[in-house]
Amino acid sequence: MNPKTLFDKIWDSHVVRSIEDGPDVLYIDRHYIHEVTSPQAFNGLKERGIPVFRPDKTIATADHNIPTKDQHLQIRDELSRTQVERLSENCKKYDIELYGLNDPRNGIVHVIGPELGFTLPGMTIVCGDSHTSTHGAFGTIAFGIGTSEVEMVLATQCILQPKPKKMKITLEGKLHKGVTSKDIIMYIISEISASGATGYFVEYCGSAIRSLSMEGRMTICNMSIEMGARGGLIAPDEITFDYLKKLPSLKGINNFSNALEEWKKLTSDPDAVFDRVLTFNAEQIRPMITYGTNPGMGMAIDDSIPMSDVKDNKASSSFIKSLDYMGFKPGMKLLGHPVDYVFIGSCTNGRIEDFRAFAEVIKGRKKADSVTALIVPGSKKVEEQMASEGLTEVYRNAGFEVRQPGCSSCLAMNEDKIPQGKYAVSTSNRNFEGRQGPGARTLLASPLTAAAAAITGRITDPREFIKE
Amino acid sequence: MPKVKFDVLESACVPLPLENVDTDQIIPARFLSATSREGFGDNLFRDWRYTKTGEKNENFVLNNPVFGGKVLVAGKNFGSGSSREHAVWAIFDYGFRAVISSFFADIFMNNALNNGLLPIVISDDLLKKLQVLIQKDPGTKVKIDLEKQTLTFLSTGDSVKFNINPYKKECLLKGLDDIDFLLSMKSQITSYENNKSLA
Repeated sequence: MNPKTLFDKIWDSHVVRSIEDGPDVLYIDRHYIHEVTSPQAFNGLKERGIPVFRPDKTIATADHNIPTKDQHLQIRDELSRTQVERLSENCKKYDIELYGLNDPRNGIVHVIGPELGFTLPGMTIVCGDSHTSTHGAFGTIAFGIGTSEVEMVLATQCILQPKPKKMKITLEGKLHKGVTSKDIIMYIISEISASGATGYFVEYCGSAIRSLSMEGRMTICNMSIEMGARGGLIAPDEITFDYLKKLPSLKGINNFSNALEEWKKLTSDPDAVFDRVLTFNAEQIRPMITYGTNPGMGMAIDDSIPMSDVKDNKASSSFIKSLDYMGFKPGMKLLGHPVDYVFIGSCTNGRIEDFRAFAEVIKGRKKADSVTALIVPGSKKVEEQMASEGLTEVYRNAGFEVRQPGCSSCLAMNEDKIPQGKYAVSTSNRNFEGRQGPGARTLLASPLTAAAAAITGRITDPREFIKE
Repeated sequence: MPKVKFDVLESACVPLPLENVDTDQIIPARFLSATSREGFGDNLFRDWRYTKTGEKNENFVLNNPVFGGKVLVAGKNFGSGSSREHAVWAIFDYGFRAVISSFFADIFMNNALNNGLLPIVISDDLLKKLQVLIQKDPGTKVKIDLEKQTLTFLSTGDSVKFNINPYKKECLLKGLDDIDFLLSMKSQITSYENNKSLA
């Protein structure tokens, strides 16, 4: 038997049929849906007069378009309200479990899936959202799809996908204090570029990855898409099994020990061959920040913006356009630059450990007057846990208001927009032009770096606030 | 999911020689609140087409009457970022039927093929050559033949073969839909499910 990677093992065991000179028909174990990328898919089913094939494998939430304040009131924006209502109607009509607005378990799809026990090792998982890669942290093949593919999965529980190539990224060594999983993935993307893994599915390995908590692993897998990867996974281990054991329930699992025996087999064989292998040293990673308009344009927080994007050559027009948009110059240092907004939240860093980390920096201090802060828990469960751990109190005392869960400023579909020209240090995943609002200037960073900026009102090295 | 046919297209080109054009530029998030597939063309490249005050930005190529056509010639790494299929709907609804680049993001490429918008990959050098030709003569036409998998620059006769997944090629030539194909496989899918639960 040829040695196989974990990716191969999961993919191959889910192929219903391989089309000659074509894609594979891949069976999907879990289909997550939300209000923005599903309406047209349901319209398609209606036009064909067919039902949802496997409603029991489908989970819905409203997250992208909802407000993060006064959620008990009717959504003011008519289009947003229609979209959210349409999801409720569709879930009712097609018998799909919905954790909608004001449900006690509502939240961002990639936060609630794992925390409610819907994401399990060895699964194939899709959703009409590119950060579906998040679920790869549990040893799953999880990836984002378009609305037509959402329709495909609703209709047949299968999707047509060409099999991607395999990339192994190994990270060894110990992380320094003040350096988080967010900095790890930002570092990797800055090294290989926003298109460096296009065509590949990544497996993350190594001691530095193994030492991360499940939430830390979710942050890493979440941003796999930002280097162009189809998805990214981490083989399950004791940390994964402990996390799952502690959850109140695991959907579809009647016998945990039996399931555990199967999950323990989910590893790449020792001699398995990858199409590309990269190795990084965790000890070289410092807190990161982006300076441009794609996640690959990142650097260590105390570095200077590069003079060019082309080695030993004149900068490309895209590089110049990008810096122009940001109001920065090549060679400039970012430390000390004024900051107008700080956002902590999103499917990248909207979990309890992220809010604990932010709290560690702000505790006993005060938010800078010049900063407007958006503190958005990833789910109702996270919001509750913040309160029960006394974190909400810590935030309030420091002058921060905790909002209600949703995707919020990450893509600013709702009112949580960053105004034209303002600088926002954000724990989200994309710094494209206008992502957080027309003309908004996004600087991606970890929760620690965001907290430091919120206190000083300037781009600040978070290590100044970390006790040794 | 639409059923769209594509066989031969002869058209002038619209040049957008910018690298790393992401889906937030193609269709900003604030326009994703629709519940149908129509009308997205109005908001294609919205924040580049219009100024903050809502006037047409004369410097943007879509507002330059000198350029027109059904083929968009883009820079490297086109369509990165979000999985929003709305980006493809916007490009198609505006009137484009093919996008030429030297590198496409994966999800965008899949979405494009699923909607009859043909993504054509050519080398960096050939892409540069085409951009230069279009700037010199905005009426430059190309001919795309899906059956032969060829892209020809009509003014110079340069012809190149492009790659496309054979299954997708057949679907586009015949106007076939993936969902019809999958629905015809229902019994195979159910057998797979039964075998998995016995395992």
